[in-house]
Amino acid sequence: MIRVQARTEPSTLMTFASPLLAIMLTLIFGSILFSALDKDPIQALHVLLVLPLSDAYNISEMLVKMGPLLLCAVGLSLCYRANMWNIGAEGQLLAGALGGSAVALMFVDSESFMAMPLTLLGGILSGMAWAAIPTYLKVKFNSNLILTTIMLNYIALYLLIWAVHGPLRDPDGFGFPESALFSDATLLPVLSDSGRVHLGVVLAVLLALFAWFILSKTHLGFKIRVYGADEPAATYAGYNAKGISWFVMLFAGALAGLAGVSEVAGPIGQLTPNISPGYGYSAIIVAYLGRLHPAGAIIASVFLAILYMGGDLAQIEMGIPIAVVGMFQGVLLFFLLACDFFIRYRVVSSRENMA
Amino acid sequence: MDIDLITQVLFAAIKTGTPLLFIALGEAICEKTGVLNLGQEGMMLMGAVVGFMAAYGTGNAGFGLLGAMLIGMVMSLIFGFLVLHLGANQVATGLALTIFGTGLSAFIGSSVVGQTIAGFQPVYIPVLSDLPVVGKVLFSHDLLVYLAIVLAVVIAWVANKTRVGLTIKAVGENPHAANAIGIKVLRVRYLAVMFGGAMAGLGGAYMSLVYTPMWVENMTAGRGWIALALVVFASWRIGNIVLGAYLFGLASIMHLVLQGMGWSISPNLLAMLPYVATIVVMVIISADKFKEKLLAPRSLGKPFDPRQMA
Repeated sequence: MIRVQARTEPSTLMTFASPLLAIMLTLIFGSILFSALDKDPIQALHVLLVLPLSDAYNISEMLVKMGPLLLCAVGLSLCYRANMWNIGAEGQLLAGALGGSAVALMFVDSESFMAMPLTLLGGILSGMAWAAIPTYLKVKFNSNLILTTIMLNYIALYLLIWAVHGPLRDPDGFGFPESALFSDATLLPVLSDSGRVHLGVVLAVLLALFAWFILSKTHLGFKIRVYGADEPAATYAGYNAKGISWFVMLFAGALAGLAGVSEVAGPIGQLTPNISPGYGYSAIIVAYLGRLHPAGAIIASVFLAILYMGGDLAQIEMGIPIAVVGMFQGVLLFFLLACDFFIRYRVVSSRENMA
Repeated sequence: MDIDLITQVLFAAIKTGTPLLFIALGEAICEKTGVLNLGQEGMMLMGAVVGFMAAYGTGNAGFGLLGAMLIGMVMSLIFGFLVLHLGANQVATGLALTIFGTGLSAFIGSSVVGQTIAGFQPVYIPVLSDLPVVGKVLFSHDLLVYLAIVLAVVIAWVANKTRVGLTIKAVGENPHAANAIGIKVLRVRYLAVMFGGAMAGLGGAYMSLVYTPMWVENMTAGRGWIALALVVFASWRIGNIVLGAYLFGLASIMHLVLQGMGWSISPNLLAMLPYVATIVVMVIISADKFKEKLLAPRSLGKPFDPRQMA
């Protein structure tokens, strides 16, 4: 007889093996799906996972997608560790793009060296402001953070659509819902001639390392970890729960805002209605896959970026609908949550148990 | 504001509130047993697309409803297995269900984008529908609007007056005590989760078979989430849910009212209204901490593991 038994200690091995197992199961699921769709599964997986890494251009495009995913996921990792269920990275990203664009459009005809830093600052502050709303409502009125952040995602989207149709629309743009092109002084510097990897990607990695430092080396990080692991203990120790909530939320908002402004002042170069293919939602999966750790988020964001990039390529090369990427993300999170069962439980055979 | 406009607005508010009503009724029962399923949006989208495809394929909207309920239940079973059997985090699993449903519905629905179907026609209730104002507002709807109300009455009766309702309450308030008196806690929760799935499927089908009627990616536009807020707003009481659903329906169509009254505000700004209203409502109800704690099912969101009982 095989049965499951609760572990006395959570398994460290399974904590790290679970994401790999989940990825493998997702790929098996994908192979079955592609076979059912009459697409060669080997070729499909090749296009989805290998082709994005096949040449310098594809790798650079992959890194461009990694940037916003990583920024959002690092912030969410800290929030979830502190039991703050922030689902609002998407809205904070859009707010960052919107606020950053408002600043950038003041420098359309300018060559000022301040244009780029001020644009970034505008985006970061906008993301923080957008994150501050649900945080205030949570801390002050005990409002459900999940629902308020989700609602603010929709509100941010409509605000952005309103802005590109109204105040931020390019007056010389023939009525298209797009802003004017940002000036060169506003755009983030690109690292190499061959691709579009920009300063934002570098900042994303640096900020992930910074968050890692905060989490593992500072007293604040210690408090966040205690607070998430054992809230009553943290309260007993006299930790300032509101302060921790405010810190993780504003930090997440700042990072998501930076992600947003880095998109408009980076690869896109202007404000358009479609600046995010759901990076803020995918970042939830990145955060979980990376075990709510900034270092894990770096690895996980590369994987998700490959999947995004592979989804684009699979549509072009094999006519596989791009929506398959979103579905795979959901499946991946399902498998991950299922595999995490074995962190807390183990399978034993009764005979072994009796011995 | 003339009487015609008021009639139109109230009629539309009930129509717009109906999908919210379906979902909130299902989720309320689910939450009463202690399970928080944040996957409503995903189940709703799957219900919308499968319902549309079934109706489109068979030419019969009834099959659409059936298909939508079935897919809602299948989706909810994935959630149920992870949460109830494997003790996975309910918040994360619900989010996964929404992400999965959003992606999968877009994936399988790409073949029917832009197609149209007949959908459901209005049913004019004899005599009553001829009444001025009230006739149009209350008695000239499609079948599903009436179905939602009938379901609400039945659910309220079951929840408050029957043994089943008592069992649901016992499981949600104190699963350990319920287990001790021989109630199969996980079975009750599975059934409640599946019921929620079927209702979310119906809510989705209402969007694609009646409200629009067509399939567009992400067409539910956050209604699954608004319905979740609605359940809290209604303090898990069925009567309040009915009222709340129509109020939210009214908030969702306020832009038509304001335009009708000659206001010239950007439609993109007015489109924010239902989401802003949801936040405002959440703040008002949650500000009273004591009340919310008193009314919420006590085991809401907490896993129950019979393995640890032995």
